[in-house]
Amino acid sequence: MLRRTLNRWLGRDERRVDSRSICVGHRSSSNNEAFIPPKFCDNRIVSSKYTVWNFLPKNLFEQFRRIANFYFLIIFLVQVIVDTPTSPVTSGLPLFFVITVTAIKQGYEDWLRHKADNEVNKYPVTVLEQGRRVRKESEKIKVGDVLEVDEDETFPCDLILLQSSRDDDTCFVTTASLDGESNHKTHYTVPDTEKDLESLNATIECEQPQPDLYKFVGRMHIYKADQEPAVRSLGPENLLLKGSTLKNTQTICGVAIYTGMETKMALNYQGKSQKRSAVEKSINAFLLVYLCILVSKALVCTTLKYVWQNKPGQDEPWYNEKTQREKDTNLYLKMFTDFLSFMVLFNFIIPVSMYVTVEMQKFLGSFFITWDKDFFDPEIKEGALVNTSDLNEELGQVEYVFTDKTGTLTQNNMEFIECCIDGFQYKYQDAGTDLDGFCVTDGPANKVQHKAGREKEELFLRALCLCHTVQVKESPEQGQGQRDGLMDQVDGLGVDGEGLHPPPQEQRGFIASSPDEVALVKGAMRYGFTFLGFESKTMKILTRDNDVERYELLHVLNFDPVRRRMSVIVRSKSGDTLLFCKGADSSIFPRVRQEEVERIRMNVERNATEGYRTLCVAYKYLNAEEYAQADAGLREARLALQDREEKLMAVYNQVETGMSLIGATAVEDRLQEEAAETMEALQGAGMKVWVLTGDKMETAKSTCYACRLFQRNTELLELTVRTLEDGGRRREERLHELLVEYHKKAVQDAPPVKAGVTRAWSSANHDYGFIIDGATLSMVLNSSSESNSSRYKNLFLQICQNCTSVLCCRMAPLQKAQIVKMVKNSKGSPITLSIGDGANDVSMILEAHVGIGIKGKEGRQAVRNSDYAIPKLKHLKKLLLAHGHLYYVRIAHLVQYFFYKNLCFILPQFLYQFFCGYSQQPLYDAAYLTMYNICFTSMPILAYSLLEQHICMEVLLDNATLYRGIAKNGMLRWGPFFYWTLLGVFHGLLFFFGVRYLFGNPALQDNGQVFGNWSYGTIVFTVLVFTVTLKLALDTRHWTWINHFVIWGSLAFYVFFSFFWGGIIWPFLKQQRLYFVFANMLSSVSAWLVIILLILLSLLPEILLVVFRKPRGPHAGQITPVTPLTYKHLKDRQ
Amino acid sequence: MMASSYTAKEEDGHITVSGPGALRSRKPENTAFKQQRLPAWQPILTAGTVLPAFFIIGLLFIPIGIGLFVTSNNIKEFEIDYTGVDASSPCYNCSQSFSWNSSRPCSCSIPFYLEQPYESNVYVYYGLSNFYQNHRRYVKSRDDSQLNGDPKSLMEPSKECEPYAFHENKPIAPCGAIANSMFNDTLELFYNDPNGTKVRILLNTTGVAWWTDKHVKFGNPGGNSPNLTAAFQGTTKPINWRRPVFDLDADEGNNGFINEDFIVWMRTAALPTFRKLYRIINKKSGMVPTLPRGNYSLEVVYNYPVRSFEGRKRMILSTISWMGGKNPFLGIAYIAVGSVCFFLGVVLLLVHHKCGNRNNNADISN
Repeated sequence: MLRRTLNRWLGRDERRVDSRSICVGHRSSSNNEAFIPPKFCDNRIVSSKYTVWNFLPKNLFEQFRRIANFYFLIIFLVQVIVDTPTSPVTSGLPLFFVITVTAIKQGYEDWLRHKADNEVNKYPVTVLEQGRRVRKESEKIKVGDVLEVDEDETFPCDLILLQSSRDDDTCFVTTASLDGESNHKTHYTVPDTEKDLESLNATIECEQPQPDLYKFVGRMHIYKADQEPAVRSLGPENLLLKGSTLKNTQTICGVAIYTGMETKMALNYQGKSQKRSAVEKSINAFLLVYLCILVSKALVCTTLKYVWQNKPGQDEPWYNEKTQREKDTNLYLKMFTDFLSFMVLFNFIIPVSMYVTVEMQKFLGSFFITWDKDFFDPEIKEGALVNTSDLNEELGQVEYVFTDKTGTLTQNNMEFIECCIDGFQYKYQDAGTDLDGFCVTDGPANKVQHKAGREKEELFLRALCLCHTVQVKESPEQGQGQRDGLMDQVDGLGVDGEGLHPPPQEQRGFIASSPDEVALVKGAMRYGFTFLGFESKTMKILTRDNDVERYELLHVLNFDPVRRRMSVIVRSKSGDTLLFCKGADSSIFPRVRQEEVERIRMNVERNATEGYRTLCVAYKYLNAEEYAQADAGLREARLALQDREEKLMAVYNQVETGMSLIGATAVEDRLQEEAAETMEALQGAGMKVWVLTGDKMETAKSTCYACRLFQRNTELLELTVRTLEDGGRRREERLHELLVEYHKKAVQDAPPVKAGVTRAWSSANHDYGFIIDGATLSMVLNSSSESNSSRYKNLFLQICQNCTSVLCCRMAPLQKAQIVKMVKNSKGSPITLSIGDGANDVSMILEAHVGIGIKGKEGRQAVRNSDYAIPKLKHLKKLLLAHGHLYYVRIAHLVQYFFYKNLCFILPQFLYQFFCGYSQQPLYDAAYLTMYNICFTSMPILAYSLLEQHICMEVLLDNATLYRGIAKNGMLRWGPFFYWTLLGVFHGLLFFFGVRYLFGNPALQDNGQVFGNWSYGTIVFTVLVFTVTLKLALDTRHWTWINHFVIWGSLAFYVFFSFFWGGIIWPFLKQQRLYFVFANMLSSVSAWLVIILLILLSLLPEILLVVFRKPRGPHAGQITPVTPLTYKHLKDRQ
Repeated sequence: MMASSYTAKEEDGHITVSGPGALRSRKPENTAFKQQRLPAWQPILTAGTVLPAFFIIGLLFIPIGIGLFVTSNNIKEFEIDYTGVDASSPCYNCSQSFSWNSSRPCSCSIPFYLEQPYESNVYVYYGLSNFYQNHRRYVKSRDDSQLNGDPKSLMEPSKECEPYAFHENKPIAPCGAIANSMFNDTLELFYNDPNGTKVRILLNTTGVAWWTDKHVKFGNPGGNSPNLTAAFQGTTKPINWRRPVFDLDADEGNNGFINEDFIVWMRTAALPTFRKLYRIINKKSGMVPTLPRGNYSLEVVYNYPVRSFEGRKRMILSTISWMGGKNPFLGIAYIAVGSVCFFLGVVLLLVHHKCGNRNNNADISN
């Protein structure tokens, strides 16, 4: 920890110097004689926290930093130092146990980490030093070393690729262990480096280490003896990250630039921010109350003690003299130690065991999510994943659900549906599988067969084939025998293609970062244009006429969510330079000629309303001059060290203008299984569902209708760029006007609804749906004037909160997080849940109280950053309605019960002080004090909190409304807390005074012998243990054999233990207080009678309450049909 | 167990090296436990199920309560406060003139009249009030291993006994405040026969302490050696005692640490007002009552000062039943709880009847 902090500090210091220079191979350049090699950290990965030497102090320190542990340590120390009623053992033993177990576990984990570290650090690597290959241990790598890595090895540190054994100066890498994306990624060598690394004399200048895996900027200066130093730009495509694996490439050489704890991988594993559940906050509030009770009890007792002692003869009667030391002590010091003694005596009211039990419950409880076979998805062969167990109960408290659309509501399984070329619609017919299928236009049934010119068609298809970043997946047999790199395979394919048997489609696998691209390439393939793959920088396509065309790929203008388009610049065989661009209509339309737009817009909009994802395709010819200019601009921007992104963006925008539109495509993204049912259930459970998507409004809206988030009778309130422009006035004014109008409609005019009454299907109520887009949202959030901004925000929030569902389209990832944050911090701080599957959802997943990742197709980033991951959207329903509900009920009951049982445990002890001269005499024996929370009453509540199903899962799933019953932390608010506290007080009073009146005459045995104070305590304690356990039994609605075993078992254990404890003269005990006390108690009929009476009397109100409450319960109808006292055997499905 | 959960949070920040081995088939097992489908008994408390319970409890508790009440009422109990606070009291002089050093014991005699004959065994208790035997400093001021006969503890009493551990550099046996303040009034009962003779009533000293205490928990040093004086050689008597511990009783089986009066005293009382069993008057054979109706006198050797802390001393004569001494609390409590249950049962029956109807109606209207 310290080391890490130190590193972080160092890192921060270094970052002030915003770049680092590295000499490749430590050959300092001749013309830079003043160059001092800077110090970088070594390549040791240190994930371990401790060494043998600092383990004990450091671990103890860490453990006692926990407030609970520290509290108990203080209590223990007080017991050691001050003369206190209970021996230090009573609190020392549990504390010692907890600390030891934790230390052993952490020590073991640290040992494992040491082992893993060693494995990584001692891994042999090959370093090129003065032309020799030297085997070294991985930890000895220094920044600037030139390393050689073979196929299937992982990179030992972050490298800049200098040389590849492949002819096309590329290498393939999988980053499965970094972000879970298993596709092969292509990385490129630094262009124009010398083939002979021995003579390479270069320095690299790059930014200081930063955790973003996908960003890197740097510059390489290559010095040649006779020339000016050449400068090459370095980007993420040149950087090989530690932790990724080399694939399909025999060997590469690279220079280490970030090592050890500065690698991107190490930087990325810095902890995520802690999420705390609302339950934990409630616990802390209750703790505070109990702490106050504790302190006030101690204060009352101390005060009364000194009042009482003032009466003559009470403080020190002749039979009970003080020792000399006690007499000599200063009065105020005595008061203080008395106060501390009372604190110690009553400290059991805040038990160590509660923390242990709560943590155990969470830890063990989360296994039920991973074990649930309903979450198992046969497709990906995985079940649910729990990344944190701290938030289980939060799943039962969700009020707002923020969901992504693509991949979450929809399958992200793209299928090419139709396209539109030059205004004519083409629909692919499955029947026409011949290569000429493309010619079948708009279905043969169409009366007027429109068709664009063949030239346009082919241009369009070429555009589809070229404008992408798709790779061709190598089939295994080729992969095995491959020694010559990809080129041969592609040639092989090409030959195949040229032959008479074109390879069947299924054999050709495509790998792409986005499934849209694959769908488009596959779509083009169906129309006869097949993309064959890359060959160095040349793209090959197989045309309809079985010709192989080659295009030189000059530039790729990458896709990004802000621009919402991507382009390629290619040069055809004939020497024409072409730019193909595809992107969202909104980003393409302004960049093409308007008359072209008009022809296509209708089609695009129709497709969008049908729920398809549409992309527009445009192209332009670049003449030599234009190209030269673009080329220079791009190269310059790529070389920039600072603000590279912005500069690139500017160049992109400049290049992508004046294009002509060729056509548009429509790709269908099917809804997830049971998406509509799930959404309906969530709404029924009182959650508000917000869809946050980067997609187009029309598409998103149709998805919302399909998911039944919007119903037929839902009135949509739109706040988008389009509605803003309708009024023909300034946007700000219009925004203001609309906001006020909607606010009036949705908030002011709406009937004052009681919480929880609004529901999606209540037809009487008017439903509102709200739609906003990214541009408008940023206007709302960042309005020009400060006062307006907060006012708009308020209006916006109020409108949204009164709508059943909200759709936010055209969102940038950061805006998603902004919205989540806004709702999270709104009045009442509702619990939010974000669900998404892609990298663009990570920010909102991290922002929300509960983040859920879907193990979808867009990599594993969402899953990695989520708190829970599920394979499909439909699993959300069970996760929230069943698991979440049960976890919440369980933990809420656990917490309340714990406070209750310790209150009625300690209250008699407090009351006893009034009868023993406020002398801190404990009522119970030390063994009972210690064991009460550890053994006698801990197991039943743990079993309850793991197994309880107060309503069985099927019912919970069928009646989403049940979820509302526990909304807003319903079981842990002050009301229920006071009820439980009252119950505890009632029980405590009953136990104490019941036995007190019995002891009016302590002759309780039939032989006239009398009982003493330990018998008194034992009777109270017996009543206590039985009542508290039976109270739990009364609350248990789901008696499995484990509950039976644990409840009756712990009662039996108590009896057995008491016999055992009182049956032997314990040689190590100073006082044999309980010797035969329990046995003698059982020999007294009166004791039996009073125990039975008190147990019954304390449970009576509880039973009454249960009986009276039940029929009035909101859902009596669902519960009563279950006939009581029957064994329910649920058949296992399958 | 705790550790795992505690650390789970911290591990987030660490690189967990997980190999591809972790990617084995993750199909969750379809066991009833893991799927939370264990067969379960799902009791639901409704008015219908609880109703009979209430009636049963009511019907059970009321007779028990009546039984207890009657039993308690049948126990005869007689109590005399002989502290001597009033000037009229026979023990007034003794209580006033008390001093620890006086060598001559002060005696007083209190006459009393028993209106009813005591038929069965009669138990003689002494009672103290406002005596905090449950004070912490007091309760812990003892050495159980010394009392158990451990020779080492005999010579080196536990520190808990302070300031009653050593006296004049000799270990005190038995040490501690409890032993030091042992009740040492001698109570004797005389029956004033109508014919004028004063008959001493035989008070049995054995059977007043718990059997296990006398035979296991307490033991004299040196095992069963007959010479107790030798066994306690080197120790001194507690400061307030008049006799050393090996001189408590002439009977060898009731002397030293296993003296029953001593053992009874050592069992600290729960409340500041308490009674302890002092003697047992065994029932005579035949039909003669143990204590016939008539005049009695209680002869007290007044040794035990209680005035300094405003205490009271009592002598109690009581018979005993199966439930112990006289205590009407249990009987009353049982009767009360039983009646409440019965009453609630009736109320519940009415409510259930009404509610049930209403529910049915509601169901139909839906």
